[in-house]
Amino acid sequence: MPRRDDLESILVIGSGPIVIGQACEFDYSGTQACRVLAEEGYRVILANSNPATIMTDPGTADRTYVEPLDPEVLTRIIEKERPDALLPTLGGQTALNLTMSLVELGVLDRFGVEVIGARPEAIATAEDRDQFKVAMESIGLEVPQSGFAHSLREAEEIAADIGFPIMVRPSFILGGKGTGIANDAAQFARLAAEGLAASPVGQILVERSIAGWKEFELEVMRDAADNCVVVCSIENVDPMGVHTGDSITVAPAQTLTDVEYQAMRDDAFACLRRVGVETGGSNVQFAVDPSTGRRVIIEMNPRVSRSSALASKATGFPIAKIAARLAVGYLLNEIPNDITKATPASFEPTIDYVVTKVPRWAFEKLPGADERLGTRMQSVGEVMAIGRTFCESLQKALRSLEQGRAGLNADAAEAALDALRDDELLARIEVATPDRVFEVETALRRGVDVDEVVARTGIDPWFVRQFERIASERTRLAAAATLEGADYRRAKRLGFSDAQLAYLRGTTEAAVRAERLAHGVRATFKTVDTCAAEFEAFTPYHYATYEEEDEVRRSDRARVVILGSGPNRIGQGIEFDYCCVHASMTLRDAGYETVMVNCNPETVSTDYDTSDRLYFEPLTAEDVANVLDAERAAGGTVAGVIVSLGGQTPLKLAGTLPPELVLGTSPASIDLAEDRERWNALCEELGIPQPPGGTATTTADALAVAGRVGYPVLLRPSYVLGGRAMEIVYDDDGVRRVMQSMTTGALAREGGVTAERPVLVDRFLEDAVEVDVDAVRDDAGEVLIAGVMEHVEEAGVHSGDSACALPPQTLEPAVVATLEQHTRALAASLAVRGLINVQYAVKDGQVYVLEANPRASRTVPFVAKATGVPLAMVASRVMVGQTLAELRGEGLLPADAVDRVRVLDHVSVKEAVLPFDRFPGVDTLLGPEMRSTGEVMGVDVTFGLAFAKSQMAAGTRLPDSGTVFLSLADRDKPAGLEVARAFSDLGFEIAATLGTAGYLRAAGLVVDTLVAKVGEEGVASDAVDLLAQGKVQLVVNTPRGLGPRADGRHIRTAAVAYKVPCLTTLAAARAAAAGMADARVHALEVRPLQDLHPVGSEPAT
Amino acid sequence: MSGGRPSSARPPSLLVTADGAVFAGEAAGAPAAVATGELVFNTAMSGYQEVITDPSYAGQVISFTSTHIGNYGTNAADDEAPVPHCRGVVVCDLADEPSNWRATEALEPFLVRHGVPAMTGVDTRRLARHVRQAGAVPCAFGTAPEAELRAAASTALGTDGLDLVSDVTAAHPSVHAGTGPGAASGLRIVAFDFGVKTTMVSLLTTLGTVTVVPAGTTAGEVMALEPDGVFLSNGPGDPAALPGPIGTVADLVGGVPVFGICLGHQILAAALGGTTYKLPFGHHGANHPVQRLESGVVEITSQNHNYAVAAGSIPDAETTHVNLNDGVIEGFRSLRAPAFSVQYHPEAAPGPHDARYLFAAFRDLMLAHPSSARAGAGTR
Ligand SMILES: Nc1ncnc2c1ncn2[C@@H]1O[C@H](COP(=O)(O)OP(=O)(O)O)[C@@H](O)[C@H]1O
Ligand SMILES: Nc1ncnc2c1ncn2[C@@H]1O[C@H](COP(=O)(O)OP(=O)(O)O)[C@@H](O)[C@H]1O
Ligand SMILES: [Mg+2]
Ligand SMILES: [Mg+2]
Repeated sequence: MPRRDDLESILVIGSGPIVIGQACEFDYSGTQACRVLAEEGYRVILANSNPATIMTDPGTADRTYVEPLDPEVLTRIIEKERPDALLPTLGGQTALNLTMSLVELGVLDRFGVEVIGARPEAIATAEDRDQFKVAMESIGLEVPQSGFAHSLREAEEIAADIGFPIMVRPSFILGGKGTGIANDAAQFARLAAEGLAASPVGQILVERSIAGWKEFELEVMRDAADNCVVVCSIENVDPMGVHTGDSITVAPAQTLTDVEYQAMRDDAFACLRRVGVETGGSNVQFAVDPSTGRRVIIEMNPRVSRSSALASKATGFPIAKIAARLAVGYLLNEIPNDITKATPASFEPTIDYVVTKVPRWAFEKLPGADERLGTRMQSVGEVMAIGRTFCESLQKALRSLEQGRAGLNADAAEAALDALRDDELLARIEVATPDRVFEVETALRRGVDVDEVVARTGIDPWFVRQFERIASERTRLAAAATLEGADYRRAKRLGFSDAQLAYLRGTTEAAVRAERLAHGVRATFKTVDTCAAEFEAFTPYHYATYEEEDEVRRSDRARVVILGSGPNRIGQGIEFDYCCVHASMTLRDAGYETVMVNCNPETVSTDYDTSDRLYFEPLTAEDVANVLDAERAAGGTVAGVIVSLGGQTPLKLAGTLPPELVLGTSPASIDLAEDRERWNALCEELGIPQPPGGTATTTADALAVAGRVGYPVLLRPSYVLGGRAMEIVYDDDGVRRVMQSMTTGALAREGGVTAERPVLVDRFLEDAVEVDVDAVRDDAGEVLIAGVMEHVEEAGVHSGDSACALPPQTLEPAVVATLEQHTRALAASLAVRGLINVQYAVKDGQVYVLEANPRASRTVPFVAKATGVPLAMVASRVMVGQTLAELRGEGLLPADAVDRVRVLDHVSVKEAVLPFDRFPGVDTLLGPEMRSTGEVMGVDVTFGLAFAKSQMAAGTRLPDSGTVFLSLADRDKPAGLEVARAFSDLGFEIAATLGTAGYLRAAGLVVDTLVAKVGEEGVASDAVDLLAQGKVQLVVNTPRGLGPRADGRHIRTAAVAYKVPCLTTLAAARAAAAGMADARVHALEVRPLQDLHPVGSEPAT
Repeated sequence: MSGGRPSSARPPSLLVTADGAVFAGEAAGAPAAVATGELVFNTAMSGYQEVITDPSYAGQVISFTSTHIGNYGTNAADDEAPVPHCRGVVVCDLADEPSNWRATEALEPFLVRHGVPAMTGVDTRRLARHVRQAGAVPCAFGTAPEAELRAAASTALGTDGLDLVSDVTAAHPSVHAGTGPGAASGLRIVAFDFGVKTTMVSLLTTLGTVTVVPAGTTAGEVMALEPDGVFLSNGPGDPAALPGPIGTVADLVGGVPVFGICLGHQILAAALGGTTYKLPFGHHGANHPVQRLESGVVEITSQNHNYAVAAGSIPDAETTHVNLNDGVIEGFRSLRAPAFSVQYHPEAAPGPHDARYLFAAFRDLMLAHPSSARAGAGTR
C-alpha cells in the first residue's frame, strides 16, 4: 500500500515537558515523525508545550503550537487547523491520554479527525490494565494473577485471595507512579491508598508479585498488511520488581535459548494483533521464571516509548521514522533501510555488539527521597554504551554517567564500598539502589561466590559472571609486575578505562595511554549497521572497541567535532542537546562536515542522520581523545571542537583538548568566569556591583564574612553546579551548621573545603528580582543581546526552577539598559566568541551581577522560540569565525534581531516542571538548589495570560473559582494582602492560617475559613483535611520568615498528594491572579510560532 | 577464571583464509593444530546450538557475528541432528558456564565431546566483512604456526562440486509416528534425509507418519512405502554434485506430492530442469525478509544456503517467494505437478516461526492430490 493520498494535513502531539518517565526520547521520535510526514508532503501541525525541543523548531512542522497540552487547547488548535488526521503514538503517554480525552469529548468526531497509528480502541485495550488482562487471556497468554479494585476494601479482598507479596499498580499512569510491592497487610493498605489516589480513574490493579523473575522487552513493529518484525530484544539486568526505566538493560537478550526467544516473539505478535495496533511500533514486556521458563506478559505500550528510542539507537533501525511512514499507509517492505540502502525495512536487525543502558538518578538533589529502586521509575536520564562485549559496554556506560566513576569500580570512589564490612555489603546488595552494581563487584572481588550474589540480588548468573570477570581481571591487573600488550588488550576488551588502569597501577592516565599506545593497543571504530556486516553500511555511526579493524571512512573535508551533553540530569537537560543539534545543522549548511560525540540514547543528537558522523561514546577525556585520533587519521582537517553548547559536560573536557582546537570562547576566559577571585576583580574593574561577600575555609572565616556583609547570607561550595548544596542562612547557628555539613559527609567526599575550593559566602539579596540575559558576541566585537528574561520568583529560587518572562514585565527601561550595558562589558572583557549568559539580581533599582557563563545556557531555546532568533545557530557560526554582520547578510540572523524584542506583540513565559509527585517525602519549596526536570512555555498577548498558560502546560491548571488558601511568612504578609485582595475581587473565597488570617482581617479583608497549623488543635479546620476534601482549589504558601523554611511542609506535601496547585512565592501568586483576571476578558487563543515570527525568522531546518 | 574472552589459559590460535587474511584468537573446543573448511558467517543472535548441529553445515567453519556465544549452554532437545557435522566454530566471546533452566551442558564441553574445534576472541565482525567481500572461502585454523595454516588453507576444499550429503545422510530408514493431528490423519510421508534437521521431522509428524530414508533411496523403494507425500530435506553442499537424488526426484514428481526445503528445494528445481548457482557468501541468519508473492506478506525467515536456484530456469514453474534483500528466488511451485519448495527454513530452529504455514500447505497438497502410490487413493 502506498502513501495515503486521502489525507492532507496531520496533527502530531508531542510529549510536553521533560518529566521522570518521559524525557527527550519523545523529542527524538516526534522530530523524526514530523520530518518524515513533511517529506511525504503532508501539512504537519504540531502541538507541544516544551520549547527546548528540536521538534518545536519552526522549520520542523508547518504550524507549530507551543501551547499547553490540554484538551481545551487542543480543541482550539483542531478547530483552527482542521487536520485530517491525528498521530498520537509519538508523543508518549501524554499524547495517548490527550487523544483519548479528545475522543471522549467527541472533538475528533465533531471535526472529522481520524486517529492514525493506533485506534482509540487499541489504546484503551493496551492502557486499561483490566481490558488488557482479559484480552491476553483470550489469546492464551498468561498474565500474573490479579484483580481490580476501586476502593481499599475491594483491594483487601483481592489481596486475601492472591496472597503476599503483592504488587499494586494504578491504572492509566506513567512510569510506575503510585506503584509498589507490599509484603504485608500494613504495607499493602498504604500502597493501595496511594495507588487509588494516583490513578486518574481511581482504579488499581492488585497483582501477584513476581519480583525476581527475569524481565525482557521486545520492540516490535507492525504494518497495515500485518507484517510484524522485532526490532530489538532487551534484557533487564535487574530482575522484575525494578522498573525497566530504573534497570540496567542490555540488548540483545543474552540468556534466552532460541526456543524461548521465538516463543516470546510469537506472543508479542499475538499481543499486538489482539490489542489491534494496526501500524507502528510497540513495546511488549515479559517476565520469565528463571527456574522453569514460565513466561507471563506484563504490559504493552501501543506507541513509541523510551525503550524504542533505545532500540533505535542500539540497532540503527529508526523506529519513529518508520512508524510515521507506516501510519500514512506504507508497508515495511516499501520503506528502504537507510543504513544499507539496498535492503528494505521489513527485516529484523541483527547486531554484533552489546548495548548497555544505565539509568542516571538525581537522589542527591532530593534530600528525603528514598534511594531504593522499585516499580516506580525514579531516574531522570540514562546513558547507553556500545561495546563488543557486555563487560566493555557496561564499563563504558558507567563512565558515561559522569558521576565520578571510571567504570565498574577501580577508581577513587570505590573507597566508600571498601570501607564496608562483608555482612554490610551482603545486606546491601539485596536492595536495588543506584550503587548496587558497584557493591556487587566489590563483593565478588572479596570472594563472595556467584551463586550467593545471584541468590541475594536475583540478577541472572550470566551477568554476575560477567561482573566477576571484571573483578578478577582487575585483581590481575593490579597485581601484575608490568603490563604487556596482551594485558592492555585484555583489559581494554573488558572495558577498563585508562583512568581505572592508572588507579590500579598508581600512575597517571596520560602515562597509561602512552604506554598502551606504545604497545600498539589503540581503539578501533566499528559501525552500527543493522545487519552485522552482511551488507555494506553507508551510515557512519560508530563505536570504539579494541579489535583488529577500523571502519571510519576517509574524508578530505573540514570537520567540526561537537561534544554533546551526556545523560539528562537535573540542571543539564534537553536544552543543551538542542544547542548541539542546532550547531550540527548550521555548520553542515556552512559546508563543514559535523561529527557528534554523545552517549545519551534519548536525544536527537544521537540520531545517525543529525550529523555527518556519529560517535556513540562516553564523554571522557580518553574517549574523546580516541575520537579525535580517529578523525585526524581519517584525512581532511579537524577544524575544531565545540565544547560550549553541551552544558558542563563538554566544558569540563576543554582542558584536555589541544587548545588550538577549542572553538569559541577560550577555556581561559571560561575559567576566569568560574574563578571567584579573578571574577570579583573583573567586576570591580568594570564597576559592576556584586552582592557583597567573601570566601571562607573555616567556620570562623565564614562567620566573619557573614558579620561583615550582614544576614541573610548564601553559602555554597565553590566547585559544584546547579545550585547544589547552596543554602540561605539567617544567623550564626545556620552558618555553623552549613559549614559543618560542607566539611563532613557526602559533600566533603565530593571535594571538601580547601584553600582552592573555599566556601563562598554572599549577602543574600532578599526580595530581589532575578534577571537572565543571553547574548552572543562575535570576533568583531559586536554583541547581540538576544533576550532579557525577568524571573517571576525572586532571587534565591534557582534560575532553572523559576518562571521567567520575555520581554521583562516590571523592569524600568533604565534598568534594562544597565543590564544590557553590563552584559556587553562582560562579554567584551571575557573576549567571548559565541554565547554568554549573565544572571543578575535587581533590588531597589540597583543591578547586581550574580554570575556569568560564557557558554550556552538553559534558556537558549526558550529565547529562540520567544524571539524567532535562531540563537544557537548564530552562535555556532560565530564560533567558527563568522561575524554577526555576515550572518545578517546571509539571512541566518534577522536584520531586526536587535530591536525585535522591543516590538514583540506577545509575552512568553517559561515555567519549570518539578518532579515532586514522584518523591512523596520531598519538600516542594523552591530554593537555590535546582530540582526541575523540564520546562514549558506559555505565549499570549498579556503576561497574565501567558503565565496562566505556562501553569496549565506545567500541569497545574489555575482554577477560575473556588477557595484560595493562604499561609504566609510574616515578611510576606504586607505584599500578601494585595494578592489576597486580588483573589477576593476575582470572587474567590479566602481561607488562611491563623496568623495570616489575622493580618488580612485587620486590613479589612473577609477570610471565610480559618485553618489550623500543625499543633493548633480544635481552633479551626485542618489544612490537610481541607485539601483532601477538595475544599481548596489553590494554595499559596510561602516559607515562614527566618525559621527553618520547612514549616509549611505538610501543607505543600498534601497539595502535591491531592493535586491542588500550590504556589510557594508571592510573585507567582501575583502572576496567577493577573492571569485569572486577564482570562476573564480574553477568550483562550492559540497561535503558532509561524505567526509570532513571520517570514522565515528561524530558517527551515 | 578459565575461559571466556580473552583468557590467558587458552593457547593462541590463528585462522587463515585461502586468500590470505589472518585472524587472531584463542583455541577452544576440541583441540586441533589444523582444522579446515569453508568459512561462512551466521548472523542469528540466538540458536547457536541448532546452527552447530544443522547437518547443512557439513564441510563448513561457522563464524557467529553475535558476540556472546554459549550463554545458555546446550540441551538435548535443541539438537538438530545427533552429532554436529560442521568443521569448526569461531566466536568473539565463548561463555564459560551456561545460565538457563534448560541447559544440561556448557557449549565448550559439548564441542569437545563432539570433536568440534573452535576459536574464541576473534574479531568476527572483521571476519564477516572479509567474507562479504571475498566470498565464502576455504580456511584453516588451529594452534599450528601461521605458515602451516596458510598452506593448509590454500589446499583446503570449498564445497563446490562435492557430494557432502553422503557424509551426513542416515544409513537406514527410520519411522516416526504421527503426533497431535498427525497421529490420526492417516497420511504417510517419506522424508529424504539429505542432512535433515530434527525439527523438520517433528513438524512433519504433526501431519502424519514419517519415514525418514537415506539419500540413496530409489524412487521405486519410496513408492513401495506408499507415501501420500515426499519431503526433500535440507542438506550440505553443492546440489549439482547430487545427480542420484536429482534423478530419483525427477522420477517421483507427478506421481506423489513433493515438498522441498533448502537443498531439497534445489534438488527439486534441478529435477524439474532448473539450474543452480553459488551465491558469493550465501544467506546464513534468522532475519531475512522473504515476500510471499501470492499475498504480498513478508515473512522473516531463517536461512542457511550458499547455492540458489537460477531465476527463470525451471520450465513450467512459478516463483512463489523472493528474498527482498537481494531478489534471490526463495520458493517456487511446479505448474505441472503437485510440488513446491522453499529455499529458506520454514521449520525455523533457530529463527522465526513466520513460515510454518508451509507445513500445513504440504498437508493440503497431499489431501488435494492423492498419491498414485497409495492403494485406495482418493477415497479418503
Ligand atoms: N507482578 C509483578 N511483580 C513484580 N514486579 C512487577 C510486576 N509487574 C510489573 N512489575 C515491575 O514493575 C515495573 C513497572 O511495571 P509496568 O507494568 O511495566 O508499568 P509501566 O507502565 O510503569 O512501565 C516493571 O518494569 C516490573 O519490573
Ligand atoms: N546573592 C544572592 N542573592 C540572592 N539570590 C542569589 C544570590 N546568589 C545566587 N542567588 C540565587 O541562587 C541561584 C543559583 O545561583 P547561581 O550562582 O546562578 O548558581 P548556578 O551556577 O547553580 O546557576 C540563582 O539563580 C539565584 O536565584
Ligand atoms: Mg513498563
Ligand atoms: Mg545560575
